[in-house]
Amino acid sequence: MKQEDVPQQFGLNAGQKEVNYAVDSAGHYTLEQSAGWEVKTIALRQAWEAIVEQLQREITAIKAGRKSPLAYHMVKNQMDSALLSQYSGIARWRVKRHLKPAVFTRLKENALISYAELFGISIDQLCHVPEQSDLELAIEEDETDTL
Amino acid sequence: MKIDFPHRQFAHCESGVTANLLNYHGFPCSEALVFGIGGGLFFAHVPFVKINFLPLTTFRIGPGSIFTKATRRLGIEVVKEKFRDPVAAEKKLDHLLEAGRPVGAQTGVFWLPFFPPAYRFHFNGHNLVVIGKEGDDYLISDPIFEETVRCPAADLRKARFAKGALAPKGKIYSIEKMPSQYDLPQAVTAGIKEVCRGMLKTPVPLAGVRGIRLLARRMSKWPDKLGEKQTILYLGHVIRMQEEIGTGGGGFRFLYAAFLEEAAGVLENDRLLELSQHCTEIGDLWRDFALLASRVCKGRVAIQDSFDGLAQLLNRCADEEEVLFNALWMAIKR
Repeated sequence: MKQEDVPQQFGLNAGQKEVNYAVDSAGHYTLEQSAGWEVKTIALRQAWEAIVEQLQREITAIKAGRKSPLAYHMVKNQMDSALLSQYSGIARWRVKRHLKPAVFTRLKENALISYAELFGISIDQLCHVPEQSDLELAIEEDETDTL
Repeated sequence: MKIDFPHRQFAHCESGVTANLLNYHGFPCSEALVFGIGGGLFFAHVPFVKINFLPLTTFRIGPGSIFTKATRRLGIEVVKEKFRDPVAAEKKLDHLLEAGRPVGAQTGVFWLPFFPPAYRFHFNGHNLVVIGKEGDDYLISDPIFEETVRCPAADLRKARFAKGALAPKGKIYSIEKMPSQYDLPQAVTAGIKEVCRGMLKTPVPLAGVRGIRLLARRMSKWPDKLGEKQTILYLGHVIRMQEEIGTGGGGFRFLYAAFLEEAAGVLENDRLLELSQHCTEIGDLWRDFALLASRVCKGRVAIQDSFDGLAQLLNRCADEEEVLFNALWMAIKR
């Protein structure tokens, strides 16, 4: 990659520039900052869109009474029952049970607290799910399209 | 309290951390040199290990290895410690900072508030240097950022005790003692040999150039086997592993080419300059691959047609890398 070819396109770095290695006009390697590369932005955005899609599926399942609100917050924090179990210190088989609405509604406060603290939300927020996914992302569309 | 630590921005976290630490302790060196001596370059595709439900593809050696190997090959004494108890881990960190020592730490990315939100995934192989504490904030030199950053103690604690694959377990490391003299040529040679072995002579068909060919073979089956949607996710994952913050572009191939250029000077071997150029060309090939792959992801080209093209590009990368590392092996053997 030549120095002048280091891409300066829209990136999802929140204004942070990252370093690329490129060859300068004399043929020597140099460090060059890059604002972003469309190729990477596409790959990164699609990873987030997959999470948002899964969140919508969880919302539907929760509304239909097939899953508890915990499922939504788990996916929002990119966890599965195994990872959530490790973080919360609650055994995996119990975490899986807590994903069932009937079990979740009967949960004692201390279990709710440990989930809420982990996700950084209140118990009230833990027990509710929004109509639409409320995952806040810096994945706004960019105008540049050179592909 | 803040240690006067010269922060330099680099492409990759672990080699950047190591370079900055060595620089602080009186051994000025580039990130590329550390990356090369530490034998950072690699390739592996492991279909049955899943990261975020997607098959593992990596362009570098496992976390922690660059620091360990680079310091060992230069004869530098280091101390490393892991913890079970977060409170003890924080005490030890504060204690080292009080003593005026910058401390490297392995962390997860998900809990770090200074990371761009779009990059906050459960990835636990990140590295940074803690250089001070002011009130309840730690001061951090994270080499992938332009400036030093602040991080609340509670968040750093969560990040140091992130769970899941590669859990850091509060791991910290620092430099205990620098040697009075270094054998730089020998360290560079050892680093090159390791990478050549890893790329050419691994006993398993998942790693090195055989790993690249495995990925090419499996990739051409993805559209039939997985369906369009999953295929695109798999492909996007490969792009991210190759180009995400931390690779310097082209799946570390440009970073390694920069190392080969520097190694030519250290070993006084002009052949390495030619090989550095070859490595750059290989990096460009990987970039072409990422570009085509992203066009597939965006639906600009039909999936079925383009997968032959993608597999061909990967096979070319594998062929070229086989030539490169064989030539490299011969060049340093003498």
